[in-house]
Amino acid sequence: MSSRPNIVEASKLRKRYGKVEALAGLDLEAPAGAVTAILGPNGAGKTTFIKAVATLLNPDSGTLTVGGGDALAAPQLVRRMIGLAGQNAAVEPALTGRENLVMVARLFGHNRAAAKAAADIVLSDINLIDDADRPVKGYSGGMRRRLDLGASLVGAPQLLLLDEPTTGLDPRTRIELWHTIRALVARGTSVLLTTQYLEEADQLADHVVIIDHGRSIATGTPTELKARAGRAMIEVRVAHASELASVIQLLAPLGTETARVDEPARRIAIPVDDGAARLADAVRMLADSGIQLDDLGVRRPTLDEVFLALTGGPK
Amino acid sequence: MTTTATPTAPFVRTHISPRTDGATVTAPESPPSAWATATTYAGRTVRQFIRTPQLLVVSAVTSVMFLLIFRYVFGGAIQTGPVRYVDFLIPALAAVSGLFSGGVVGVAEDADSGLFDRLKSLPVPRAAILLGRSMADTGLIMWGTVVTVVVGFAVGFRVHGGVVGAVAALGLCVLFAAAFSWLGIFLGLSAGSSQAAQGLSFAVFPLIFVSSAYVPVQSMPSWLRPIADNQPVTAMVGAVRAVVLGGDTVTLLGHSTTWFVTRSLIWSVVIMIVFATLSTRRFTKR
Ligand SMILES: Nc1ncnc2c1ncn2[C@@H]1O[C@H](COP(=O)(O)OP(=O)(O)OP(=O)(O)O)[C@@H](O)[C@H]1O
Ligand SMILES: [Mg+2]
Repeated sequence: MSSRPNIVEASKLRKRYGKVEALAGLDLEAPAGAVTAILGPNGAGKTTFIKAVATLLNPDSGTLTVGGGDALAAPQLVRRMIGLAGQNAAVEPALTGRENLVMVARLFGHNRAAAKAAADIVLSDINLIDDADRPVKGYSGGMRRRLDLGASLVGAPQLLLLDEPTTGLDPRTRIELWHTIRALVARGTSVLLTTQYLEEADQLADHVVIIDHGRSIATGTPTELKARAGRAMIEVRVAHASELASVIQLLAPLGTETARVDEPARRIAIPVDDGAARLADAVRMLADSGIQLDDLGVRRPTLDEVFLALTGGPK
Repeated sequence: MTTTATPTAPFVRTHISPRTDGATVTAPESPPSAWATATTYAGRTVRQFIRTPQLLVVSAVTSVMFLLIFRYVFGGAIQTGPVRYVDFLIPALAAVSGLFSGGVVGVAEDADSGLFDRLKSLPVPRAAILLGRSMADTGLIMWGTVVTVVVGFAVGFRVHGGVVGAVAALGLCVLFAAAFSWLGIFLGLSAGSSQAAQGLSFAVFPLIFVSSAYVPVQSMPSWLRPIADNQPVTAMVGAVRAVVLGGDTVTLLGHSTTWFVTRSLIWSVVIMIVFATLSTRRFTKR
């Protein structure tokens, strides 16, 4: 028994589209009152899973419970608990922001007055109140995304399903949306979101599930997962390709694992456990060696590198 | 040098304003009724129509274009016996304007955009969404009908069947529009994309041309006549023509008013039941 009840529990979920197994025996647990991020590359099965939780499709086999209810046998109960913001912002351009929200609020079951009130509150929560009465076709991409998120909130669902909520946004708008999501979670809503960015999972999630080819390949907190790829990466770009080998040899003692080499880019990435301290070491060692460098830095592992570490080979 | 700084730069606005009034959204007590669902979605769709002038123009223009071409280009060569060609043509166009305009593309767009996914994730009676769509599309079709008839009056069309005939014609047109709206919904749901829907919406044209809509069935080759005579569009245009013309429709059109109206009512109900069932099954399937 876990300490917190799970809002979503999937076991051995399978869904096949022709030859493709979009879900290939997926096991997944999302704790209540927390943000769970499903992290995976294109085609991993993220959208398929979100659709199954949202009762839009029936898996071929396996079990799926949402809020303790059977999503496959009693979808109507699940629909009363969830709010979905799909991979595309499903807002109507010809309507105003307010009209969009009132419509969805009515369809959650609010009466006319309650729907208006809910739309009002959410509009100020997502900071669109000043633009509420403009047609959505004049909104920016970021505003549409926020409105789409708002539409999933007007019914005060217990579980928010967000499919790649920040894909296609510029870095700044993405950060703004993270703030919005974080503030919502502070109010106790459970969130299940998908993302292709480790950074995003890191910023938002309490619990991360990495999936690939329809299967869960790792779960844990962002910190735990990154630890498995090295906590940080020291990256060196040498001026001359001929010196790659000597740098690899020189810095090998700093790494927790063998270095990854990108020959054409003359770049080496070394997983380390303490980014700042090892960077200082690297600077000293490289300065002593007299090897000419283009760049030297420390950064977080990318999703690719986490994958490599978890699967032991290129994905 | 690259850094690991967490992106909390000062220029970022947080998009949750601190609430001073403590207002929060509460969950609704019960899911929406079928009627509330249908009217909410219909209301949204009608607003979308009204605010998309191109759509209103496009949905009337095909019908009006055919009207003008047949009235002035082909009309002189078509023999319609004792009935003036313009009085033969306009009731027919009014009856079938649901095959020119309607929601095929709109339905496909709502599927494409992800709106249907959101609607299906809500605790709504799913069939009521399609009912709402049918209500809105019926309205759009009737808009096309009204424009066609107004242009028809301008080019010489007159109602001979009195007020009763006019009201009956209106009633029939609404019923046919509702029936065709379900055909449109089915095509829109089957199209897969809005571009494909555009193409599919032309697939019904043979139904119009192989009917008595533009030319009397008697003028067609003998092998085509049984098809044209027994298909729904012929019954529908015949019914509207009969009530609008009034008088002795057996002499004018070959059958009695009752014959046309009964057939058209049966066809409308059949079309509605068949396509409402198929559409609902497609829409609610998981
Ligand atoms: N309706 C469908 N018909 C056929 N194949 C599908 C369908 N939906 C998904 N697939 C396939 O199933 C696999 C998983 O798709 P899914 O959309 O769940 O991936 P994803 O993780 O959401 O990817 P992305 O990051 O690109 O959104 C892919 O190979 C995809 O091509
Ligand atoms: Mg996806």
